[in-house]
Amino acid sequence: MAGHVFHPGHSELHGITVVVETNGPLTYVGRYDSEDERGVHMLNVGVHDSTAEGSRDEYVSRSAKFGIRTVHQHLVVPADQVVRITRLGSMM
Amino acid sequence: MCSPPIIKRKQQMPYNPALVAPMRTEMTRMGAKELTSAAEVDAAIGDQKGSMLVFVNSVCGCAAGNARPALALALRHSVVPQQVVTVFAGQDLEAVARARQYFGEYQPSSPSMALLRDGEVVYFVHRHQIEGRSPQAIAADLTAAFDRFFGAAVA
Repeated sequence: MAGHVFHPGHSELHGITVVVETNGPLTYVGRYDSEDERGVHMLNVGVHDSTAEGSRDEYVSRSAKFGIRTVHQHLVVPADQVVRITRLGSMM
Repeated sequence: MCSPPIIKRKQQMPYNPALVAPMRTEMTRMGAKELTSAAEVDAAIGDQKGSMLVFVNSVCGCAAGNARPALALALRHSVVPQQVVTVFAGQDLEAVARARQYFGEYQPSSPSMALLRDGEVVYFVHRHQIEGRSPQAIAADLTAAFDRFFGAAVA
């Protein structure tokens, strides 16, 4: 659905569940809210730490199948750490 | 390791009942039974036999606004769950919390749908499987699941 805006008046990803990959060991899965100079604002967010847990791919697959184990209701991923943002629904 | 800043969220409060009334009506019109308390959830799901779909309704106009019509379309299929029940996230807080206890390791999201067979979740549609998709596409997933888990070939 290219070009489709899920929530009119917001960015294309607003309200969409996404995987945010960073340039560090942390990967975030949660609902994209907005983006500003501070970074990517997310809601209901699960976190994977590749230094402490199993593989990132396994975590993302499990999140896609069983949903997100929320550990932060709202957080901001600093802009300079964000490498890639992907829809979780496209990774199933 | 630098942790991102965490912003505390206010306690969740139920939405204005007048706002959600049309969303409730949309569900009951397609034959879903509303469950508004933990006791009603227990009575419906607690000793459930056969096939059931639990729809976790939501005020999100863009996700639930497609999920409800998707379910209505799917319920026209030749194979459908014997029972369809619904709880309303952000509205019937106690009922939603209790319903989610029956979903096992499936994490909360709304809107979402759980297909149960004899009380066990056999298929789950999360919010991220609804977002940005048409009612027809979501309905196609549902009817495939109905065939697979509730079809005549299923013992």
